[in-house]
Amino acid sequence: MKESDLRQTPLHEKHLELGAKMAPFGGWDMPIQYESILVEAKAVRSNAGMFDVSHMGRIEFTGPGAAEFLNRILSSDVPKLRIGRARYGVICNPQGGIIDDAIVYRLDEERYLLVPNAGNADEVIDWLKKWMPDSGVTMNIITNNLSMIAVQGPRAIEMLDSITTNDLSKVRPFRIVEAPLLGTDALLARTGYTGEDGFEVMLPSGSAVALWDALTERGATPCGLGARDVLRLEAGLPLHGNDIDATTNPYESGLGRFVDPDRDGYVAGDALQQIRDAGPGRSLVGFVMRGRGIARQGHHIMNGPDQIGEVTSGSVSPTLDMNIGMGYVPTGLSDGGTRLQIDVRGRLIEAEIVPLPFYSRRKNE
Amino acid sequence: MNVPDNLKYYKEHDWVRVEPDGTAVVGITEFAAESLGDIVFVELPEPGTKIKQFDKLGEIESVKAVSDLYTPIGGRVVESNQAVTDAPETVNDSPYDSGWLVKIELSDAGEIDNLLSAAEYEALLAAEG
Repeated sequence: MKESDLRQTPLHEKHLELGAKMAPFGGWDMPIQYESILVEAKAVRSNAGMFDVSHMGRIEFTGPGAAEFLNRILSSDVPKLRIGRARYGVICNPQGGIIDDAIVYRLDEERYLLVPNAGNADEVIDWLKKWMPDSGVTMNIITNNLSMIAVQGPRAIEMLDSITTNDLSKVRPFRIVEAPLLGTDALLARTGYTGEDGFEVMLPSGSAVALWDALTERGATPCGLGARDVLRLEAGLPLHGNDIDATTNPYESGLGRFVDPDRDGYVAGDALQQIRDAGPGRSLVGFVMRGRGIARQGHHIMNGPDQIGEVTSGSVSPTLDMNIGMGYVPTGLSDGGTRLQIDVRGRLIEAEIVPLPFYSRRKNE
Repeated sequence: MNVPDNLKYYKEHDWVRVEPDGTAVVGITEFAAESLGDIVFVELPEPGTKIKQFDKLGEIESVKAVSDLYTPIGGRVVESNQAVTDAPETVNDSPYDSGWLVKIELSDAGEIDNLLSAAEYEALLAAEG
């Protein structure tokens, strides 16, 4: 893709002004880092960081048939979702493969918002159109109208609170509220992708720079997608395109608790019931390196001379000061404490399976 | 970008400094360290390893990427910088000083003539934009 074909978020100028290293991500020209990935990751764990996540899709569904329609597409029971709540789930094809993962927010009686990944937004939209009934649901792609900034970290709520009139500490995790913010109306969801407390704020694109500046004044650190990737891996959260994709199903990737395959009309229901009942043959696990080396995506996971799987994500963990990764191994070899080796460009490095997440706020306090 | 005058450079963004006793100290340039970002892992050859000029010297990893290291000079490795393998960020903090990588006993001092002066290396950086 030519650089000129890349899409830009309303904060693009701001990123350039801050001297960010930019790179293509999911069809967008996005900041990978500003000063340092490690410094940014630490800021999120110890203070607060802000991320431009306007590249993610935002698709609104309205109408009397919206809940029933989404219930055919998403892995969780959509009609059960109450107003003002969010639910994480996956979008599966009829074979049970994961087209994307997404959060669905119920904004009103007949109004839902779906946030898929940037790189899959077009594929997800095609998939939704394929199943869209002739009447009863209207789909509105509002990615360009609304910008999205994630504010994450122990001081995130306090910083946002001083900008809004709402008491955001009263908004519980996986809830969403509409509130006035900097002279406009914003959606504030207590969700994120870092393992820290915080909000994802959606607001009219014309106000994105004003929110970014207001957060900067309050001490939030601008963070790029590099830090976001490190933080989500520490939190054991899969990344679509790395750890999950159309060749993996939610049971083997540890997402079974977000799947209810027994609903009438669910397009992936039959396949997922079968997979659930048979039990997955392989499992996505977390591992820590016991020898010197960093596992990277695509490295082979070895059990002695035998390749038993492949690394799907790997990085240094600045919070835990060790090297961590995720990958698929046969379910029989997926228990915590299992020793295996990672083939790091020809060197076999010892690693050990550990329960996910690597990091959680409670566990590591 | 700091490009010290007293060093010689290889186009793969490595530098070498020949000490009075004839050993060569090798590292990566400030440009290379900044381009990589946070350096989190360095793999260097064992002392005693013999390498030819411009051969692969080892590997250096940032949070996001793995890169090969090349030696600007051939010879026998006499020391690898333990401080760098223990604390790879030393390369970011001090690429020309405490962040050196290996010391090499030269096999042919004439190889220095195959390298770039500071001015030539600066011109290369300017050309690469």
